[in-house]
Amino acid sequence: MRKYTPKDNVQGKAYYTDRFWVAPRVPRQVVEDEHFKAVVEALGERVKEAYVEINNLVLHIDATQNYAVLETLKDTCGYKVCSEISAVDYLAKEGEFEIFYQMLNLDKAKRVRVVCRLKKGLAIESVVPLFKSANFAEREMYDMFGIKANNHPFLKRILMPDDWEGHPLLKTYPLQGDEFASWYEVDKIFGKAYRDIIGPENRDPARIERYDTKRFSRVGYEVSFDTDISGGETKTEIEYSSTFLTDYNTGTKQLDKRK
Amino acid sequence: MAQHKVNYASNGGLPVALTSVDKLLNWGRSNSLWPLTYGLACCAIEMMASGGSRFDFDRLGTIFRASPRQSDLMILAGTLSKKHAEFARRLYDQMPEPKWVISMGSCANTGGMFNTYATVQGVDRIVPVDIYIPGCAPRPETLQYAVMMLQKKIRKESANMKKNKKQDLRLV
Repeated sequence: MRKYTPKDNVQGKAYYTDRFWVAPRVPRQVVEDEHFKAVVEALGERVKEAYVEINNLVLHIDATQNYAVLETLKDTCGYKVCSEISAVDYLAKEGEFEIFYQMLNLDKAKRVRVVCRLKKGLAIESVVPLFKSANFAEREMYDMFGIKANNHPFLKRILMPDDWEGHPLLKTYPLQGDEFASWYEVDKIFGKAYRDIIGPENRDPARIERYDTKRFSRVGYEVSFDTDISGGETKTEIEYSSTFLTDYNTGTKQLDKRK
Repeated sequence: MAQHKVNYASNGGLPVALTSVDKLLNWGRSNSLWPLTYGLACCAIEMMASGGSRFDFDRLGTIFRASPRQSDLMILAGTLSKKHAEFARRLYDQMPEPKWVISMGSCANTGGMFNTYATVQGVDRIVPVDIYIPGCAPRPETLQYAVMMLQKKIRKESANMKKNKKQDLRLV
């Protein structure tokens, strides 16, 4: 049987309370596959650590050697496809980014993930000469994390506007945007002087303005459009349609013969 | 002309229909609302369905135009990102007066589920909206009902735009 959890007031309580819960980690296995062994051997001393995670060979390398490692993987080991390049923000915990390159070998149907660590403010060598897909991926990495790629042919923001401030995928970036983000479209279209006229963003779509009779009305206390009700409003009886008030129990007509 | 005999007895003996300028203008405006083909997200699929043969927007005189300069209605169908807000406003500015705006779907109304840094929290922050359609996404019938409500609103308007007070144009 499933473990019983009390259901009293479940909506009032936070359903998750364990602050120190650690997500289970995928087991790291020793490299046993023949092909993966050959890959680790071909890269030699450039591999700092190698293990297998869910049939993925994970190789930890130094960030300065990323181009050489990917070149070897492409030319010697047959990893002709670079399916994704991105970063993970570990700045708060370890003061550095983790940059990963997900590689695919179509002949052997094998995947390798090359992982390296990069301190904040440092740039990484671009791998666009090796893989065309790296062009957009490195632009996205620059857009979302602010990590620059040296010798990239066209390093420019890819998703956010060119004049955007901040890098949204950093853990320090608020989900609902900072001061700049919340006024971006108003500043751009109308100018900063219009901030007061348009007002701040409403982040609660269910918010009700108590005294706004232009957009809201209170059931049983309806007043005409745009009336000032700051002094209180009078109760008006709700008028129901006469069809709702028909009492079918007292009539002589039997509606259902089965009764 | 012989088979279409004019009845001179009606209209005071003259083949003339009398009306006011307001009614004539509003008849024309409300029965040929040409929206801008402007889909932003998944609501656009419903908007396209409304224009297609099954739901048939043409019977309301609503024909999608591919240019803002030929349109008098803007249907903001979908999530408006902050990057795109500038262009949405520019397209609105390029439309000739008189013009109306329908905000279609939760995302256009309030930002919807995209309570994030990159989404405009309600298109009424950048353009004046006449009709808001709830739903995610609203059915084509809902969009057609919104257009019919807009027609109702246009028929209340005066040809003299200065006379049009928000209070007089209320639908409910």
